[in-house]
Amino acid sequence: MSQTTNDPRLLRAPPKRPIRLSWSDERVRGIVWQLLVVGIVGGIVWWLWSNTVHNLEVRRIATGFGFLGREAGLPIAEHLIDYNPTDTYFRALLVGLLNTLKVAVVGIVLATVLGTAIGIARLSRNWLLSKIAGVYVEVIRDLPLLLQLLFWYAVLQGLPGPRQALNPVDGVFLSNRGLKLPWIVWESAHSWALLAFVAGAAATWLYRRTARAKQMQDGQPRRVWPVALGLLLVLPVAVWWVLGAPWTPDMPALRGFNFQGGLNISPEYFALLLGLVLYTAGFIAEIVRAGILAVPHGQWEAAQALGLKPTQVLNQIVLPQALRVIVPPMTSQFLNLTKNSSLAVAIGYQDIVSIANTTLNQTGQAIEGIAIIMLVYLTISLSISLFMNWYNARIALVER
Amino acid sequence: MMMPSGRFLTRAMAGAAILATALAAPAPAQQAPQPAPAAAAASNTFDAVRARGTLICGVNTGLAGFAQPDSQGVWRGFDVDYCRAYAAAIFGDPTKVRFVPTTAQNRFTALQSGEVDVLSRNTTWTLSRDTSLGFDFTGTNFFDGQGFMVKASTGVKTAKELDGATICVQPGTTTEQNLTDWARATRIRFTPVVIERLEEVVQAYLAGRCDAYTTDVSGLAATRSAQQRPADHVILPDVISKEPLSPLVRQGDPRFADVIKWVHYMLLSAEEFGITQANVQQMLQNDARPEVQRMLGRGGDLGRMLGLDNAWGANVIRAIGNYAEIFERNLKPIGLQRGPNALWTAGGLQYSPPFR
Repeated sequence: MSQTTNDPRLLRAPPKRPIRLSWSDERVRGIVWQLLVVGIVGGIVWWLWSNTVHNLEVRRIATGFGFLGREAGLPIAEHLIDYNPTDTYFRALLVGLLNTLKVAVVGIVLATVLGTAIGIARLSRNWLLSKIAGVYVEVIRDLPLLLQLLFWYAVLQGLPGPRQALNPVDGVFLSNRGLKLPWIVWESAHSWALLAFVAGAAATWLYRRTARAKQMQDGQPRRVWPVALGLLLVLPVAVWWVLGAPWTPDMPALRGFNFQGGLNISPEYFALLLGLVLYTAGFIAEIVRAGILAVPHGQWEAAQALGLKPTQVLNQIVLPQALRVIVPPMTSQFLNLTKNSSLAVAIGYQDIVSIANTTLNQTGQAIEGIAIIMLVYLTISLSISLFMNWYNARIALVER
Repeated sequence: MMMPSGRFLTRAMAGAAILATALAAPAPAQQAPQPAPAAAAASNTFDAVRARGTLICGVNTGLAGFAQPDSQGVWRGFDVDYCRAYAAAIFGDPTKVRFVPTTAQNRFTALQSGEVDVLSRNTTWTLSRDTSLGFDFTGTNFFDGQGFMVKASTGVKTAKELDGATICVQPGTTTEQNLTDWARATRIRFTPVVIERLEEVVQAYLAGRCDAYTTDVSGLAATRSAQQRPADHVILPDVISKEPLSPLVRQGDPRFADVIKWVHYMLLSAEEFGITQANVQQMLQNDARPEVQRMLGRGGDLGRMLGLDNAWGANVIRAIGNYAEIFERNLKPIGLQRGPNALWTAGGLQYSPPFR
């Protein structure tokens, strides 16, 4: 819209003619076409909207989000926050959202670690290792994910019942009710120690940054690991010790139908996590392999010729260049894993889709239910994309 | 902002013209859907069904005794026979019906959107479904209640012993809500395993993932009878809810709802008066009782009042028999007794208004 500009290319543009109301004037044609397109799109949206509202009214179907405040009455097996069936639909959906995040976040971390390991293994000079990695990638990538999820769920259901549970180590029980692990009775001292760990991690990161900046000035490398050890390990343990070092083990024990106490990993969560991680790792392995192969061999040789150590070659020369190839397709894999977690509904893990489905079935408000699911996935996916784009921009090639 | 007024005027005029055409177009378009099939289904199902020549009936995806295709692919079951009865009443031909299998989760959307004309699919009649979902329930054709099934090897005798148990349940049903209500009332703690598809939730129970499986007693009986050794499973005596199962239609066409309603009463009355598939022809000709004559269409014009052929009642009974015959054929084999579904004359709850 602005008529003033300092760009020399625009200053050389032909002088402006007054607009004529004629079909031969390209600017009039442009305006007409644009308005026509906007009008048609707007008209279609308006028609769909009014038609939907009209039909819902004719069928006397309730609309609006008022149901979110009503009592849900649905049972949820796994919840990160307190939940019982007298809570509202809103809280039930929140529990579902947290369950989705629980599987997505853990899944992304594990899939990245496993995928990277397999990708590197495939490039290994060890013939057996590289062939095993190759077979893994080909088999896993070529089987539908839903089939894999059902397979793992069936395998976990095939485990013995709680009374005949496998008990490899004292306090660890594996049965068709899930994996039971010993845990500790959580007290405030543990929360403070956790907080100290987080603070220590932030301090370590800051220290590493300043050490790098100083190295840039005087060329002297500084050792980071003693500081990291102190902040990440000694500090939390010290905090826990000062607060009285509480340590009450919570051992699972068979009481009645099920195990009570301890930490429980349900077969539904475990099957979903296993399926998603193994499947996505197959794709990530190929991305990592492609990224490493994309760095020309001359780079390795040049770095070695400069006398850098092998770890320095990998960290300073190869990885920064490989990451530029790896990060963008990795974003797609993270998004895929998150969205694929909606297949949970097939094996009874209560994620956001499962709970929203039940909600829309009980309230009959399908449009609102689907809108909530779409909004949740859109928000999660855009957050992942934004973070990965930020990271990608940070590691991008800086031209000097 | 900086545009000279002359140019602005030109653009504004062009814009107004375009907007006018764009907005004018949808106005008639919005009127159009009303006579179109989707909206017609809402307002006048009866005429739409007659014009189509087939009734579209939503049934279960597979529940022994209620709706299940047999080895020849022919749908069999209690709910299925009701669909055939509606077709016999409307068209005089029980084969003029198409069955659409629906899951617990998509059944209501199928009916709301007009994909099916009537839902005959073991669905519990509740206030909220009757009102906010936009449906009309047409009368309880099966009085059911929610129960529990456990493996005989667990030795559990009543539901009160289920404290701490893992219980398999299907989502999106009244079953799920009854379970939590019951657990709260009796202070029983349980771990739910919520799986949508019937086959998979049953598989989870059989594999031992759950200690108990809960659904309507009729559904438990159907699942139990389908096992290789039904005696390995026990249906507990506790019934924790009322589950009046009723066919349902969309709100907005009372005539169609009346037909669906009165076909059910026809089946009940036929049992009450002893009219069966075998003797209906003989009764039609020889029975002197006035109500029987009105029901079978030899006297009066009850059929015409419903907008049907006057012989609709005779057609229904000739095609599928009376309520007792439907029950014997479909539900007796899976081990269900008449119980509350006996006629009122035999101490049950099934009761038909008079045919007058």
